[in-house]
Amino acid sequence: MIMKGHAHVVGDHIDTDQIIPARYLGSLDPKVLAEGCFYNLIPQFSTKVTPGDILVGGENLGCGSSREHAPIAIKSAGIACVVARSFSRIFYRSAINIGLPAVVCPAAVDFAEQGTEMTVDFDRGVVESGGKSAAFAPFGPSILAIIAAGGLVPFMSQRLVREGASA
Amino acid sequence: MGLSATQKIVARHCGRDSVAVGETVTVKVDLAMSNDMTSPLAVKQFRSAGATKVFDPDKICIVAGRHMPFRDEAFGKAVGLVGEWCRDQGIKSFFANMEGMDHALVPDLGLIRPGMLVCNADSHTCTYGALGAWGLPMGSTDMAYIYAFGETWVRVPETIRVRYNGKPAKYVTSKDYVLATERALTVDGARYKTIEFSGPALDALSVDERFTISNMGIEMGAKTSFMAPDQKVKDYLAARTTVPYEAVYSDEDAEFERTVDIDVSALEPVVAKPHSPDNVVPVSELKGIRVTQVCIGTCTNGRIIDLQQALEVLRGRKVAAGVRLIVTPATNIIMREAERLGLIDEFRALGATINPPGCGPCAGWHQGVLAEGDVCVATHNRNFPGRMGSPKAQVYLSSPYVAAATAVAGEIASPKAVLS
Repeated sequence: MIMKGHAHVVGDHIDTDQIIPARYLGSLDPKVLAEGCFYNLIPQFSTKVTPGDILVGGENLGCGSSREHAPIAIKSAGIACVVARSFSRIFYRSAINIGLPAVVCPAAVDFAEQGTEMTVDFDRGVVESGGKSAAFAPFGPSILAIIAAGGLVPFMSQRLVREGASA
Repeated sequence: MGLSATQKIVARHCGRDSVAVGETVTVKVDLAMSNDMTSPLAVKQFRSAGATKVFDPDKICIVAGRHMPFRDEAFGKAVGLVGEWCRDQGIKSFFANMEGMDHALVPDLGLIRPGMLVCNADSHTCTYGALGAWGLPMGSTDMAYIYAFGETWVRVPETIRVRYNGKPAKYVTSKDYVLATERALTVDGARYKTIEFSGPALDALSVDERFTISNMGIEMGAKTSFMAPDQKVKDYLAARTTVPYEAVYSDEDAEFERTVDIDVSALEPVVAKPHSPDNVVPVSELKGIRVTQVCIGTCTNGRIIDLQQALEVLRGRKVAAGVRLIVTPATNIIMREAERLGLIDEFRALGATINPPGCGPCAGWHQGVLAEGDVCVATHNRNFPGRMGSPKAQVYLSSPYVAAATAVAGEIASPKAVLS
């Protein structure tokens, strides 16, 4: 799997209130959540995203509230993958669960520039941008299985079918 | 090398004698939870996956009491659908009749016991650590999986030990302890790790005061908080449940990643300045900061002792002109007890607004949302930009004593300054 898109760079400790303010949480509609994505931080963020673009974060991306609306809003805005120095634990799990791969790669954040094309090669474990490249550690087996299935919901479906418990 | 309480709880829940830090294992969940904000998505994902039956309806508890009554149609509809799902699944622990917010409610109902592994679609699930349980915050899709299978994967975390030593001065509370810890560890100093709180100054606190500390583990990035259950915890549980439990303790020679010692004798009341819970300074350093709103409540400080401490300062005084004082008891049990003790009447006589039990304005959702230019002192746990409304509002976090003193002074003030 290879993802390629323009980098949208945000800073350290961007919490989920900043990713999606609480007033948008009454809805699960991806359009509404895309509209609210980074509402206070980057006005009209979703209009600046070309589907397939990559969000680049600093330390502790997605800290704060557990709201899964945060990764959903980012994905709904058109972002295909998130690269950061580090993630908050709940955001990291939730992003992968909803099929938004989250890559820990501090070196790539060092060379990432706003608007520059970035490639994330999951097979080789490498992030490239502006002629520079950096390796990231492979995912553990629990996470890899979820990514391979396309997220936790399809992963769950497969298990339910296997166990003969599906609807 | 001995084992940490964290390793023992994880081992017990994956059917092994021990686990190593850093290992990834699948654990059985004793209690699975979500709330009015996070349940609708959990139920949607459960159905999308084709699941039809929950793993065990008696091990699921859904508290839809954070933002009640409904602020709009969409929210009312979403919670209504969750209620139907609970009925269909035979989930009896569905609370949607103004009982209040989960983190204060479920311990008070005796549903959280030492040694349990609890997953809840909310970041402040770490609160249950004050009872020696392992409260693991999750997202909604993780909860959907747990609702179907009763299990989840976890990486066994390192443990950071925080020790509170010494004796506090008057008006220094457990909120000051935990804010001082925020300053020491920062907002991601415990990321992916357990914080085990301990020490003589922790032992001296009541269980309700300890919840204030365990609650804010997540503000240091922690996976969860833990406190060794002592006699006070056993008494707390004896008053609430007859279900047996087996407490878990870290071994004497358990490996801690690091130990942070905090001398509470040296603390004065502190405040977290905008816009981060670790931006902590002594309240005496802040001069002339006028406020428009003071909030007392939430899962951090919305219990009886918090209301009593606030009134200790407010009693016989007036709320300054231009300050809105908003009080939000965390649950209806607390609300009724506060009424019985006359606390609610006292707040009303001061001109305070009493919110329904729940989260109040903490998440900027309703009942006290801040506008541009507002300055608020809140007993909450978060002050990220825009958390309570406008990103141009300023939110300071404090203890109920400091919040009450601020309401009287009209500017950020220490209780000592107001009472002298």
